[in-house]
Amino acid sequence: MRDVAVVGFAQRQMEEFDGSPTCVELLVPLFGELYEQTGWTRRDIGFWCSGSSDYLAGRSFSFVQAVDAIGVIPPVNESHVEMDAAWALYEAWLKIQTGEVDTALVYGFGKSSAGVLRRTLALQLDPYTMTPLWPDTVSLAGLQARAGIDAGLWDERAMAAVVNRSLTDAEKNEYAIRKGGSSVEELLDRPMYADPLRKHDCAPVTDGAAAIVLAADDKAREVAERPAWIRSLATYVDPISMGTRDLTRSPSAERSARDSDLDGVQVAELHAPFSHQELILRSELGLDDDVAINPSGGPLAGNPMFTGGLIRFGEAARKVWAGEADKVLGHATSGPALQQNLIGVLEASA
Amino acid sequence: MTRTLSAPVTVAFDYTRSTGPVIGRFLTGLRDGVLVAGRTSEGRVVLPPPEFDPVTHEPVTDFVEVGPGGTVTSWTWVSEPVAAQPFDRPFAFALVTLDGADAPLLHALDVSSAEDVSTGMRVQVRWSEERVGAITDVACFEPAAGETGGDDAEPTEAGVVATETPPPAPADPIQQVITPVELDYLYAASPEESAFYRGLAEGKILGQRCPACHKVYVPPRSACPADGNPTTDEVELPSKGTVTTFCIVNVPFLGQRIKPPYVSAYVLLDGADIAFLHLILDVPAEEVRMGMRVEAVWKPREEWGTTIENISHFRPTGEPDADYESYKVHL
Repeated sequence: MRDVAVVGFAQRQMEEFDGSPTCVELLVPLFGELYEQTGWTRRDIGFWCSGSSDYLAGRSFSFVQAVDAIGVIPPVNESHVEMDAAWALYEAWLKIQTGEVDTALVYGFGKSSAGVLRRTLALQLDPYTMTPLWPDTVSLAGLQARAGIDAGLWDERAMAAVVNRSLTDAEKNEYAIRKGGSSVEELLDRPMYADPLRKHDCAPVTDGAAAIVLAADDKAREVAERPAWIRSLATYVDPISMGTRDLTRSPSAERSARDSDLDGVQVAELHAPFSHQELILRSELGLDDDVAINPSGGPLAGNPMFTGGLIRFGEAARKVWAGEADKVLGHATSGPALQQNLIGVLEASA
Repeated sequence: MTRTLSAPVTVAFDYTRSTGPVIGRFLTGLRDGVLVAGRTSEGRVVLPPPEFDPVTHEPVTDFVEVGPGGTVTSWTWVSEPVAAQPFDRPFAFALVTLDGADAPLLHALDVSSAEDVSTGMRVQVRWSEERVGAITDVACFEPAAGETGGDDAEPTEAGVVATETPPPAPADPIQQVITPVELDYLYAASPEESAFYRGLAEGKILGQRCPACHKVYVPPRSACPADGNPTTDEVELPSKGTVTTFCIVNVPFLGQRIKPPYVSAYVLLDGADIAFLHLILDVPAEEVRMGMRVEAVWKPREEWGTTIENISHFRPTGEPDADYESYKVHL
């Protein structure tokens, strides 16, 4: 296996982006920041991989439009996933492992506010037995939250504690679109939205883009003092049916954790778009109480679709670059109610 | 003035899918007023039936009728329904384990407030008046008639409770399902595209020039597709150009506005580095050729808006054809 590290990260998050859903306008300055961080030009990037969705953009081939932000004369080596860009990172990591390229730029983008996000996401469900009912993502998360409450695995107070910590930490994150902690009591006094979920239990609808640079071996050492070396990446998927799996569990997250060495992880950036999902993930990953969870504020402070997972890897890597941690964890989820999960472990030593 | 222009867009498509034998059996059952579950190799009765056994991966062939009564195993309150959900007023989504089944079905539950629903409550199927072989043949669940609800209610045995609707005469099995999907967006143009459309409203054609390679793009792009630089310089282009390539449209299609045959062509405006698609009219289709010089025909000014349709079409100028060398790199 080649040693591959995260050596660059840039992001934008906003409540409502007023530009085109192709997001070229957001991506150009992001790529500019990454060229600055690495000292490279686009010619130094061996592979480009993006995560986005035409359903979010409301137009076909939106990812092809986004390629304008790269510039493709001479042609570039490029790919795309219709998933969170964390899975584009996975593809890029594999590409580097093949030896074909030494560097990759991974990016994700999405204008969630162009449509009704929780409704659009019903299109990721079973088209025969679910989509015709348009079960929105918030409702599906509500069913999951209730199942855990009924089973005595968590309660509204534990969920509010996740929210309070996230929004308190988010005060230090310039990109957070929802921030400001108060208290568990104050949060519990707020009205229900999708009983048992309050609005603050659900990640805010967020527009944005993010990008990460990966580099192998000496290429990484050239541009970063403390590269965040990817020690492992593991991804698994659970059945899509809401009826045949225990909603209070996430076997695919647990299986991904089993494939990873999580001993000594100091910081975990968990992609839990609903407060109770962080509780599920902490349990499935077996994270000790001394692990710092989502010091960035996490997805409850801002969660651009198709980017929210990639941002977790970027935020985790920044902790290594800054010398604030030696071993960190990035996590991404996709699909309804934590159906698909990806776990990456990043370390200061290769 | 807002930074960008935007307009509502609706994207709609009726997805037609074949069902296969298992989902077909389930949907045929719904049309006929029965809930058909599948029994897995582990003996679990699952509704809707899975197409393949989760353990052995063999096709599921053992079918069991369940319900129509059942028990709520989880629920959530939909305080702000979205378009095309089972109700346009607040309702519950619930996981309901039908009597005789071991796994719950997701569907709507018709109660008037969150106070009227609880985990463990007894519910029953309410069938749609017209059933076609779709999950929406179940209109929703409703609180069970004559049952008090709550955890102590005894589930009835599968198949014991008669459906309210008498089974209709057997019809052909369901093999296909049509799912209409309609999504509403507010589609925004980029700042450069917005300048282009605002220019058209004043009878101008505005492009953008790449500051590095000096190529001129119309309609404008936010970044130069050749080298990725943001395009910073606005350029006004003339209404005249050259046909680089074209096709004669002979095939009628839905939404066609002009009677075939007619010509769709790439027109390279003088000074631009990318051609754009428009109509060539006022000339017989067979006379249109590569290199033909054309000019924009604008609609009457009072009909102008922020749209490319301000230009009705292009027509020949009568000038000599452009030299092939002048446009060969733009093909």
